[in-house]
Amino acid sequence: MSARLSRGGRLIDRRAPVTFRFDGKPMTGFAGDTLAASLLANDQMLVGRSFKYHRPRGIVASGAEEPNALVGLGQGPRFEPNQRVTTTETFEGLTAISQNHWPSLDYDIGAVNGYLSRFLPAGFYYKMFLWPRPFWKHVYEPFIRQSAGLGKVPQEADADRYEQAYAFADLVVAGGGIAGLTAALTAARAGKRVILLEQTAHWGGRAPVDGDEIDGMAADLWVKNAVQALEGMANVTMRLRTMVSGLYDHGYALAYERVADHTPGDGRPRHRLWRIRAGKVIAATGAIERPLSFAGNDIPGVMLAAAVRDFVVNWAVSPGDRSVVVTNNDDAYRTALALADAGLVVAAVIDARPSVTGDLPAQVRARGIRVLEGRGIAKVKGAKRVTGVAICAQQGEGAVLEEIACDVVAMSGGWSPVVHLWSHCGGKLIWDADASMFRPDAARPPTGDAGQPMAATAGAASGALQTAAVLADAHAAAGGEGLAPQATGPAEAPMLPVWIMPQGAGIALKSKMWLDYQNDVKVSDVQLAAREGYESVEHTKRYTTLGMATDQGKLSNINGLAVLSHALHQEIPATGTTTFRPPYTPISLGSIGGEARGEIFQPLRQTPMHDWHSAQGAYWEPVGQWRRPYCYKRSGETAHEAVNREVINTRSNIGLLDASTLGKILVKGADAGRFLDMLYTGVMSTLPVGKCRYGLMCNDNGFLIDDGVVVRMSEDSWLCHTTTGGADRIHAHMEDWLQCEWWDWKVHTANLTEQYAQVAIVGPKARMLLEKLGGMDVSREALPFMTYAEGTLGGFRARVFRISFSGELSYEVAVPASEGLAFWEACVAAGAEFGAMPYGTEALHVLRAEKGFIMIGDETDGTVIPQDLGLGWAISKKKADYLGKRAQERSHMADPNRWKLVGLETLDGSVLPDGALAVAEGVNANGQQRTQGRVTSTYHSPVLKKGIAMGLVLNGPGRMGEVLDFPVDDGKVVQARIVDQVFYDKDGEKQNV
Amino acid sequence: MTRYSVFAVAREALRWHSGWERAWKSPAPKKKYDVVIVGAGGHGLATAYYLGKNHGIRNVAVIEKGWLGGGNTGRNTTIIRSNYLQDPSAAIYEKARSLYENLSQDLNYNVMFSPRGLLMLAQTHHEVRGYRRTVYANNLQGVTTEWIEPAKVKELVPIMNIEGPRYPVLGALYQARGGTARHDAVAWGYARACSAMGMDIIQQCEVTGVRTLNGQVQGIDTTRGAIDCAKLAIVVAGHSSVLAEMSGFRLPIESMALQALVSEPIKPCMDVVVMANTVHGYMSQSDKGEMVIGGGTDGFNNYTQRGSWQHVEETTRALIETFPMLSRLKMLRQWGGIVDMTGDRSPILSKTSVGGIFVNCGWGTGGFKAIPGSGWAMAELVAKGEPGPLAAEFGLDRFKEGRFIDESVAAGVAH
Ligand SMILES: Cc1cc2nc3c(=O)[nH]c(=O)nc-3n(C[C@H](O)[C@H](O)[C@H](O)COP(=O)(O)OP(=O)(O)OC[C@H]3O[C@@H](n4cnc5c(N)ncnc54)[C@H](O)[C@@H]3O)c2cc1C
Repeated sequence: MSARLSRGGRLIDRRAPVTFRFDGKPMTGFAGDTLAASLLANDQMLVGRSFKYHRPRGIVASGAEEPNALVGLGQGPRFEPNQRVTTTETFEGLTAISQNHWPSLDYDIGAVNGYLSRFLPAGFYYKMFLWPRPFWKHVYEPFIRQSAGLGKVPQEADADRYEQAYAFADLVVAGGGIAGLTAALTAARAGKRVILLEQTAHWGGRAPVDGDEIDGMAADLWVKNAVQALEGMANVTMRLRTMVSGLYDHGYALAYERVADHTPGDGRPRHRLWRIRAGKVIAATGAIERPLSFAGNDIPGVMLAAAVRDFVVNWAVSPGDRSVVVTNNDDAYRTALALADAGLVVAAVIDARPSVTGDLPAQVRARGIRVLEGRGIAKVKGAKRVTGVAICAQQGEGAVLEEIACDVVAMSGGWSPVVHLWSHCGGKLIWDADASMFRPDAARPPTGDAGQPMAATAGAASGALQTAAVLADAHAAAGGEGLAPQATGPAEAPMLPVWIMPQGAGIALKSKMWLDYQNDVKVSDVQLAAREGYESVEHTKRYTTLGMATDQGKLSNINGLAVLSHALHQEIPATGTTTFRPPYTPISLGSIGGEARGEIFQPLRQTPMHDWHSAQGAYWEPVGQWRRPYCYKRSGETAHEAVNREVINTRSNIGLLDASTLGKILVKGADAGRFLDMLYTGVMSTLPVGKCRYGLMCNDNGFLIDDGVVVRMSEDSWLCHTTTGGADRIHAHMEDWLQCEWWDWKVHTANLTEQYAQVAIVGPKARMLLEKLGGMDVSREALPFMTYAEGTLGGFRARVFRISFSGELSYEVAVPASEGLAFWEACVAAGAEFGAMPYGTEALHVLRAEKGFIMIGDETDGTVIPQDLGLGWAISKKKADYLGKRAQERSHMADPNRWKLVGLETLDGSVLPDGALAVAEGVNANGQQRTQGRVTSTYHSPVLKKGIAMGLVLNGPGRMGEVLDFPVDDGKVVQARIVDQVFYDKDGEKQNV
Repeated sequence: MTRYSVFAVAREALRWHSGWERAWKSPAPKKKYDVVIVGAGGHGLATAYYLGKNHGIRNVAVIEKGWLGGGNTGRNTTIIRSNYLQDPSAAIYEKARSLYENLSQDLNYNVMFSPRGLLMLAQTHHEVRGYRRTVYANNLQGVTTEWIEPAKVKELVPIMNIEGPRYPVLGALYQARGGTARHDAVAWGYARACSAMGMDIIQQCEVTGVRTLNGQVQGIDTTRGAIDCAKLAIVVAGHSSVLAEMSGFRLPIESMALQALVSEPIKPCMDVVVMANTVHGYMSQSDKGEMVIGGGTDGFNNYTQRGSWQHVEETTRALIETFPMLSRLKMLRQWGGIVDMTGDRSPILSKTSVGGIFVNCGWGTGGFKAIPGSGWAMAELVAKGEPGPLAAEFGLDRFKEGRFIDESVAAGVAH
């Protein structure tokens, strides 16, 4: 069994016990524990089930590479699936549940898949479930989907907050082991601004466990001193619990700080995502130990050798009573020593190398521990827990020589540098045949904007495995001069690459050798993939799902590659690796979202009159990021009734519209007129000061993108009104052309949309209202239609535009935004005796539709040119050029047979459904019903008391009076007649009074 | 070719699966083929397949610089739908979708087509109008879609928050037989079927030059030697401009990276595909349980198949807004693919200015769903030298004539 030792544990505080629950069972740990350590201390080795065969799974590793030990953590709005117990700190009150089993962890029905495993090899689903056809949908897929997935689904909205932060540094060091500390110290002493980040809760990494001395002191002490020195430097920032998750172009590093995972609900944000711009990044990210592939290597109790000694040394936890170490290298002997030091039994060290002579094995032998040379494991015995191992010759086929009882197998197949960050952004790797590992190729680093190296690795991440080499490498990576810190430790003999154990294992054994523990990919699966021609490493990965689990192959990839290479009779470097993608380990989606949630997901834009509208019963419509009143409902009214009332009142008295959201872009400069002549289809440069002109803007493909009134404010400045939705887009469009194409033109643009509040005062009595406010001559003579004047109205500084989007006598008055509400209230008060009422966007639409005015986004959709809308009059024939001119000359656009704007009137007076299509005779070559037009705007006109619509119809203007068929819902057909699109005041007399 | 079936798997299980043949052969290139297709993505392989199946042309090579299916075909988020607005698009995407319905049987390879239903959320009044218009169009095009109200949306996707606060769900465009398929399997299934017809799929072979004489194609140069051909089909997605340049013409294509990501696997919680264009993100759940998430393209041109960060953030935000439970899941992996974007966001299936050279590209962010239909139409174009009705509107001429097939009209995100 696994248990807490009575002595030791460099990271735990025995005076601070913590209680927690696993699958409902109360357990105790100590402050400083990881959940993995706490679970082992409570003899809980079995923690989950694998993905495909639901095999029992125990803790294998002690850090970020753990593939098996995933739990659901927390409860309710703080529940999170798939948390690794090896990177979760134990805290008081923690609750964890095991995953992927039914009905319980110990008795899981899904485990039958394991017995059927022979029938479910890699990729079996590609070959099955083809017949009978409906079965895939109704039987097979639902079955696969039900057994899919790992963790439970969080059910509630997240109770936690997340935060994002920015930082800048000359150097970011990822990893706070001795390499990271050395690199940080070296760079900081040279005056660099350094950020040092460590994913765990402790500085020092592996070295304090592994026991070498640095600069004549124990590694622990050296680490303490180094941390103290760094903390004393103003140019150094250090953060624990912060993982550099990805490296992106131009030195952009993302770091994931788990601020409050270990103190949930304490008011701090749970995670903080750092976005760091770094001059350079050093990945001092260490190395990960590789498992060995022998039959039964997935049974709980089989662990990485280094993890076993981590548990013993760091947390005083013995994973078992009797251990066997199996290895192909010297390093694993440190585990045997650590176990022996803790008074635990090491039954044997099984070494695949034919002869073992190094310092570390000598120390182990000196403790009286058996060392078996040239041996391997034929088979691990046990089901939910290891009970022993069968030993064989590594060179053989697995004939059992002896059996040794044990409950832990500590395995080591060598080490792989953590090259993820290096690789994220294009750094290349080379195969180091001596150490059997891929390590960064310093000659081919990821490069920055000027081609300079943007990242380096330090220490074990570079492939340096001995302490002295680690320190020297880190010192050099940070540009250190002089001497690196020195280390002394035992010399290590070379490792022997061992990819399967025993070397001659047959298929029966190979189909029990696990490569990917979580996804249940075995040596036999990779060999099958190779046999079937899935030869590229990416094909093998995808066909078998090797390395696609939540650990992204941290333990399995290299072993899988080696097996594949062997199957293909090629060298490992010829096979290559799969691509390393961010993040290094999974990061919460919450942290990626950051603070932008709920109400502040996107900025909410409100006009100065917003609260007034609210108080008057505004029914809101989101328009881009704005909220605009759709209508103002009075008590007892439906929205439709309110709209009708607003329309009729505006046509007979006065309507007031908050038009502040309309885009207002000031264009100024010596070349402003020329610029606007290019932007608009009409001529703006000749517009006299004080005059207004309606303008159309097209993109370079000729399509209409925006419209609005342009006002000449002064000799060199024009105010361009855009649609509400268009303001930002059109401003960007202007700047795009100015900055990319016409950069030498003397033009400045400013988006003044939010600087001015604008009120439209509309209706036959509009002038009376303004006169009542007083201060300006707004008479027909002084301020005729399509002119502009500046002055004071009712004491407000005002810009008055005599323009109309309703066909009524209409003034749009702009005042500084800060005075918007006061001005609006003044208008309401002054208008009371004339029957003034506010109206919303829907009434605005009805008013303009009655007049046959187009609306961007209704009559246009990115495929419509002004000529289609009968707007030829707004296109200058004289100008040499404007954006879209050339495009509009292309044959299809100049074709007279296009869908063109007309009015539509249903024969029965009903309202045509929006978007309905008019059918034509027959079907096209693809069998689709032919069409000849569509509805673009459609409303009930309260003035005309019937449905009115506009639409685009093939050759429409030439077909007045024809009746079209519009099939609508439920097989019904609505008939409508083609009419002129101006339904109201055809001669435009009302706006000119 | 040994046929795949439950019985075949059972038979092989008894001999430890030692008898399975290669899914496709790995031949050396021959000197000459009737048709050479560049690019062993889904579109290239499907073109080859239907050349053989529909037109009896089997002396065909598919040339791939990397591993087959390793371009966008193996990187996409696998959404399949045909609820397009414009007639030519609806025709080719619906052809593709209907071929997907039987593709597993046709290829004898389970591509796991899963018509689980697809929703495009309307979160502004503008979108409501746009999708209602699409439903009318689809009904006339023979594409079955419907408009559904928020309550039905919630019923189909219980994990969705339909009540805002910023963008409440106002309804959705629903295609009940839209869904997903397994992307790799589509490429592999076609490759296996092509190989079985005697076609050569040549991987790790980069085309480095195109030889023409008097405006007529002669052959190609590759890293594995020169190959002659009577007809050449260029089907290389993000690298189309590069191949066009080798052939001596230009294409109206821009290449940029499109980002995607997956969460860690969780138990099944969403049985449909959801696209939310206002907030800009879309999501489905894979058969493994991962939430598969995609968003927008980077705003700059490039050829690195890397993920950048900005869109991941934007998309994740958008989806947490729509699915609050996502916040406590973790991102497992992000990646990018280089997509080939045309000015009207519609593909190009066309003859070119060089005799015997045909291009199939411009599928951009949404061509996985089109693979069978595109291959069908392209095979017809290559075999006959002239486009059939499916491809007719997608010729290069349309840019010269201003005859765009603009789909951005209906949807901001086009997947
Ligand atoms: C992140 C992402 C998400 C997407 N999501 C969806 C989705 O949900 N639904 C959908 O329908 N579509 C989606 N797409 C789009 C879809 O993936 C593509 O449109 C489609 O896969 C393109 O297929 P293809 O065969 O044309 O190109 P590819 O699969 O890219 O194949 C082109 C091939 O040409 C090869 N090649 C290039 N140059 C040469 C040369 N010189 N010599 C030889 N070979 C060469 C390449 O190596 C590659 O294999 C997405 C794309 C991405 C990147």
